[in-house]
Amino acid sequence: MMNIKILGTGCANCKKLTGLVEEAVKELNADVEIQKVEDIQKIMEYGVMRTPAIVINEKVKAFGRIPSKEEIKEYIKEEV
Amino acid sequence: MSIFNILNDQILKMQWLSDITKLFVEKVLNLPVQSKIGGAIHFFIYDTVKIFILLSVLIFLMSYIQSYFPPERTRKILGKFKGIAGNIMGALLGTITPFCSCSSIPIFIGFTSAGLPLGVTFSFLISSPLVDIASFLVLLTFFGVKIAIAYVVVGIILAVVAGIIIEKLNLEDQIQDYVRKIGSPNLEAEELTKRARAIYAVGEVKSIAKKVWIYILIGVGIGAAIHNFIPQEVIDNVVGSNNPFAVILATLVGIPMYADIFGTIPIAEALFAKNVGIGTVLAFMMAVTALSLPSMVMISRVVKPKLLTIFISIVIVGIIFIGYLFNIFSYLLI
Repeated sequence: MMNIKILGTGCANCKKLTGLVEEAVKELNADVEIQKVEDIQKIMEYGVMRTPAIVINEKVKAFGRIPSKEEIKEYIKEEV
Repeated sequence: MSIFNILNDQILKMQWLSDITKLFVEKVLNLPVQSKIGGAIHFFIYDTVKIFILLSVLIFLMSYIQSYFPPERTRKILGKFKGIAGNIMGALLGTITPFCSCSSIPIFIGFTSAGLPLGVTFSFLISSPLVDIASFLVLLTFFGVKIAIAYVVVGIILAVVAGIIIEKLNLEDQIQDYVRKIGSPNLEAEELTKRARAIYAVGEVKSIAKKVWIYILIGVGIGAAIHNFIPQEVIDNVVGSNNPFAVILATLVGIPMYADIFGTIPIAEALFAKNVGIGTVLAFMMAVTALSLPSMVMISRVVKPKLLTIFISIVIVGIIFIGYLFNIFSYLLI
């Protein structure tokens, strides 16, 4: 099963990204497990200096900004 | 009246907005702006609208420029400079990075784990909230070009000097142990299109406005109160020319406060209009923006208490020193 992680320390942008990811997953009808990573140490282990970030199957897809829903769908398709 | 003056009054000082607000207060509310209530309402409406216009334009502009200098790139640039040049570059690059204490931890970890000297990282972390394009333009609007330039210059000097002192004290062992264990964040920043940068900048305006609007309203409220209700002699005795410790008091009051330049400026403006020394006013603004309880809590998570204490002490002493300096040389600036 695909694994999507949202990295962020609980800021407003991270919540917004989580919402977008949930919508994208629903619209694609994909079988995905969504996890939130809020621990700064774990976030930094992905090599990210700016949040929010989206990680799919342990690959960082975007960070430091909120990608659009369409972009998120593209990321998911890339990893199917 | 020269073209420059017209531009200055109408665009920077937004005289038109003041006039419209005056019309509204006098004709619609039927209160003369000379009265205390009328004056306070005028100050409140005019300043609030003016600050929100400035905030939207400036945050957009800054975020757009900043999208060309993400921390990944900053770190790479800083890695090329040694010694004091590194501190100067750190302070300069800090000026194009906007205010947000929430990003200070990842940046601190990212910089130190990449091997940047501690002093360079601190030069960056001090200058970033203290001096930026927004604070320059806000000061230009409210206090004029000389004070704006002087503020930026001393702000950068403070960041550079504080960084150098921290470096010389050899405090590398004062970084929290787990920071060292985190591998260096190795991701490169992605190249963005102009459209993506604009979208990012608009997003920043929205998220910052959402975060700071309440502080702005509080700031404007306090400013309106100072402007119209607090007697001149009280101001003189507490933060004015009658109190030799005014700068120290202004600094210590400002430190725990959490606000950015937009929330601080209405208070600073009102104090300045009440003849409080420019050094006292600027010390207050610097203390509010450079240090705050949330930012200290953040930094305490990555450095040990000794370094935190040293960092805070250097910044406080620096701001007080700058405050007295500005008060002494204020005749050159006003």
